[in-house]
Amino acid sequence: MLPTTAQRRTRTAAGATDGPSTATTGGKTPKADPRRSTRKAGSAGRHLHAGRITYGILLLFTAGSLFPLIWTAIAASRNNQRLAETPPPFWFGGNLFSNMTTAWQDANMGKALLNTTFVAGSIALSTVLFATLAGYAFAKLRFRAKNLLLMMVIGTMMVPPQLSVVPLFMAIAELEWTNQLQAVILPMMVNAFGVFFMRQYLVNALPTELIEAARVDGAHSLRIVWHVVFPVARPAMAVLGMLTFVLAWNEFFWPIIALTQDNPTVQVALTGLGRGYIPDESVIMAGALLGTLPLLLAFTLFGKQIVGGVMQGAVKG
Amino acid sequence: MTSSRTEPLPGVREAGRPAPADGDRERSPERRGRRRHRWDARWSPYAFIAPFFVFFAAFGLFPLLYTGWASLHKVSLHDPTHMEWVGMRNFSRLLEDDFFWNALQNTFTIGVMSTVPQLLMALGLAHLLNYKLRGSTFFRVAMLTPYATSVAAATLVFTMLYGRDYGMINWGLGLVGIDNIDWENGTWTSQLAVSSIVIWRWTGYNTLIYLAAMQAVPDDLYESAALDGANRWQQFLHVTIPSLRPTILFTVVVSTIGATQLFGEPLLFGGSQTGGGSHQYQTLGLYLYEQGWFDFQLGRASAIAWTMFLILIVIGLVNWLIARRLNKTH
Repeated sequence: MLPTTAQRRTRTAAGATDGPSTATTGGKTPKADPRRSTRKAGSAGRHLHAGRITYGILLLFTAGSLFPLIWTAIAASRNNQRLAETPPPFWFGGNLFSNMTTAWQDANMGKALLNTTFVAGSIALSTVLFATLAGYAFAKLRFRAKNLLLMMVIGTMMVPPQLSVVPLFMAIAELEWTNQLQAVILPMMVNAFGVFFMRQYLVNALPTELIEAARVDGAHSLRIVWHVVFPVARPAMAVLGMLTFVLAWNEFFWPIIALTQDNPTVQVALTGLGRGYIPDESVIMAGALLGTLPLLLAFTLFGKQIVGGVMQGAVKG
Repeated sequence: MTSSRTEPLPGVREAGRPAPADGDRERSPERRGRRRHRWDARWSPYAFIAPFFVFFAAFGLFPLLYTGWASLHKVSLHDPTHMEWVGMRNFSRLLEDDFFWNALQNTFTIGVMSTVPQLLMALGLAHLLNYKLRGSTFFRVAMLTPYATSVAAATLVFTMLYGRDYGMINWGLGLVGIDNIDWENGTWTSQLAVSSIVIWRWTGYNTLIYLAAMQAVPDDLYESAALDGANRWQQFLHVTIPSLRPTILFTVVVSTIGATQLFGEPLLFGGSQTGGGSHQYQTLGLYLYEQGWFDFQLGRASAIAWTMFLILIVIGLVNWLIARRLNKTH
């Protein structure tokens, strides 16, 4: 039902001509060229080289994507007076560290960063673990009602978690979990996208013979998961972990209901800043920068993998 | 990874079932081991999928149903365990409340203003990124960075950029002779500003989704289109777009769900749950939050949540109908 990675690869290979202009002479012969088939999917393209206008437009949008972030850093390095002047500043000032320190202390950003790292880390770990188990079962094992259950998993993606806040709030009020981190971790420990993502990956990446061989050797299911499934799934697990971490880090609605400024996540602390907790604009920007920096760092280091993950998860049509 | 590794799929799976009836091993410990083996093979799949379903039932399905139950009660935030039956009164009150209709309308207009340009731009950008490019990884990562920025951080920055007196956007408009705009206080201007935050955060993400789908379009389609004399634009229109139809539908559904629940951007744009002095950009999500956590009426908040859920179901059905129609005609 879905274009699998394997299919995409063959298409890539098939498409390794030099574009429609040479299609008449090239025909379909390049399909047989084995060297071409090892090229990664990312280079498939439409084989037309981008012109100057294309680069111009892309650079414009890239600038648009990055500008608000750069300007956050600029504003965070200035002071409140400078931000209340025209024209607005376009280059960095010298107050970055003092503003960050103020945000760290007064807006509780230090604690918020620590809390969010723990929360997003726990959510990413449990999501990856449970998604890999379920994804493996859906990809490679046979059991009754499998397709129905898989449809149910996909169906749950349509149920927005936001609409469940009232009962969740009642529950944590009853349990006296308000302001405690488990209140924001537990409701997010699994997600349907993860299950689907791992299933799509394992269907292709995990050879069924490998599982059968292990089973013939007498390995029980958990052993197979540990020694066969996890090693194969590792790259996808890493990508899913990063994607989940980003989403969990940025989770907004439920944390601002479940937590207060005494024990905030980053988003809760930033909400406090946005509601006039601290009037100094440059400190607000320093807080926003602090709260985004860890993810920007991750994007700088693993951007390629994260992009790959988003694109891999996307081909589900 | 070679293609031979990805090859063995359904056929092999059928053939490769463990054959428990070997027949040549009848000693009892062997048989016991085999029985355990079979038991394991039969039930372990359920054990593997159980955590997902247990957590979903506990934190997704049950709360959703319980929200429906709570919407039929008067529940105060201060004493959430005390529920008083009121029947449909929360819903009828909702329908009489001007702020509900206002929030519904705002959600719709902001939803359209953010989703339509976002997806159109994403489509165009994906097309450009699909050319042979130098630094394509750089472009992709850079366009995805807004996705890494939280709603809160993004909205705080945009609020400053849209500032009336010292904001950069008004300064830029001033350069071309336009007077300062009071973005936050106008109805259209504030909704436009809120939409722009959504557009900024999600365009890159949708671009990558479209790009992934474009790379899966078979090249022969382009080749035969080129043979028929189609230029680049015609190829985009008659090959790319039709091939992407399922993906486009998918992104429309996801964006619509997101737009229906829009919450963080309008909350932080003005810093208040009212969504502006005259509720000019209060969305349904914000209205729910205000009713529940500022007017302390959790029953009414539940009624709003269920109304939103019903809206989503209607949207889902409409999308499904459209998808079925398109599949039939093509």
